[in-house]
Amino acid sequence: MIEINHLYKSFGDKEVLKDISATFENGKTNLIIGQSGSGKTVLVKNLVGLLDPTSGEVLYDGRNFVLMDKNEKVAMRREMGMIFQSAALFDSLNVLENVMFPLDMFSSMNYRERMKRAQECLARVNLIDAEKKFPDEISGGMQKRVAIARAIALNPKYLFCDEPNSGLDPKTSLVIDELLHGITHEFNITTIINTHDMNSVMGIGEKIIYIYEGKKEWEGKSSDIMMSTNEKLTDFVFASDLLKKMKQNEMEKMRRNNS
Amino acid sequence: MLIDKGLTLFGRYIILMGRAFSRPERIRMFAKQYVKEMSSLGVNSIGIVLLISFFIGAVICIQMKLNIQSPWMPRWVSGYTTREIMLLEFSSSIMCLILAGKVGSNIASELGTMRVTQQIDALEIMGVNSAGYLIMPKILGLVTLMPFLVIFSSATGILGAYGTAYIGNILSPEDLTLGLQHNFTPWFVWMSIIKSLFFAFIISSVSSFYGYTVEGGSVEVGKASTNAVVCSSVLILFSDVFLTKLLS
Repeated sequence: MIEINHLYKSFGDKEVLKDISATFENGKTNLIIGQSGSGKTVLVKNLVGLLDPTSGEVLYDGRNFVLMDKNEKVAMRREMGMIFQSAALFDSLNVLENVMFPLDMFSSMNYRERMKRAQECLARVNLIDAEKKFPDEISGGMQKRVAIARAIALNPKYLFCDEPNSGLDPKTSLVIDELLHGITHEFNITTIINTHDMNSVMGIGEKIIYIYEGKKEWEGKSSDIMMSTNEKLTDFVFASDLLKKMKQNEMEKMRRNNS
Repeated sequence: MLIDKGLTLFGRYIILMGRAFSRPERIRMFAKQYVKEMSSLGVNSIGIVLLISFFIGAVICIQMKLNIQSPWMPRWVSGYTTREIMLLEFSSSIMCLILAGKVGSNIASELGTMRVTQQIDALEIMGVNSAGYLIMPKILGLVTLMPFLVIFSSATGILGAYGTAYIGNILSPEDLTLGLQHNFTPWFVWMSIIKSLFFAFIISSVSSFYGYTVEGGSVEVGKASTNAVVCSSVLILFSDVFLTKLLS
């Protein structure tokens, strides 16, 4: 479980995160949503230690990450996996070597075991045929799947995803969502996904936190969004005409069922 | 203001070098990177070093013969000056200036691209000391290979000089051999190698610093690459003066 207590982050005079508190549970896909520039990425970077918060606590199963020294943070990071918006695969390594990298670095397995584990991870994301290809030879969706395989290679307890669907078509996004959701439940990982993809929100969001201008504006499940009266949230989630119509239809259906 | 900026930059460089020269997480992975960097930074530079050295050696020899050699000078003077120029300055300092352009921009753009595409962040998240994993093998790789490049450069330069003697008939090969052997001081070879070790460190560490600390996008990577080459070149020129004075 990850807990954030009264987290603040400023860059000079500009306060980007303002008093954010939240809890992310094990075995659930937790979504952080919000408009571009609302502070989602900064929040995730604070959680993984790529940025240091100005004040506040980040607790990993009760252990305060902010107060840890450098070595403790390095050890803690070995329990984390992260999928970046750009996939961030090492372009000098092929797909298999990318997935093997964390195993080569930190596991005590021999070469055969490491190879077997990497192939298992690639099989989990349906990419076993692409293991000899280099990142620039595969599509964006495949790169994201390799990034997922690499992130789960060391069986992390915490998985962070920074906009995993950005730049992907809706069908590929769905594949990525299903993978992340499946892996979260299969390995009982605390997954935090930073997104503004509404399909992800409605499809896999077991807990959703809506950030607006650096503040936590709303918290709930995907099923609560339909009924939410929070204007900022509904403006954001149902921004397009299509989604607005869908919401109206859904509300009418509910009203009819109730009467 | 300028001094303040310079000191800040130097402080950041020292901190980064402190991180780079820490104990590697896995010796096996470090060794793999070290061999890879020796190949990409050193072995891949042999071609250009040989090419430039051959022609510069030939040109120096021609210039010396045409501009210095006279009936008043001993016949070994062209060969002697060619050897001294190649050994004392060209193969160490000038060759390193050329390599600052080739290797320095390569290092800065590689690390800069890794930074902007979040590959360095990915390493950090895994718990890898990214500076140690990426920078130390580059520095040690180039420092290891540089003395060989200097020796190859000197040898090829002299070969170029012989080319002018045998093919161009600018001077006789006997006169050239006499000059090359005249008053030879073995310490000059060591001096050249010692200087090149310092220059190799400057090229690899300064370029790594500029590449690793890139913030922004592709434009910044380009700027970092340029800054790395300019800064390395200036530092090589400054340190050349001090090292020459110190070692002579």
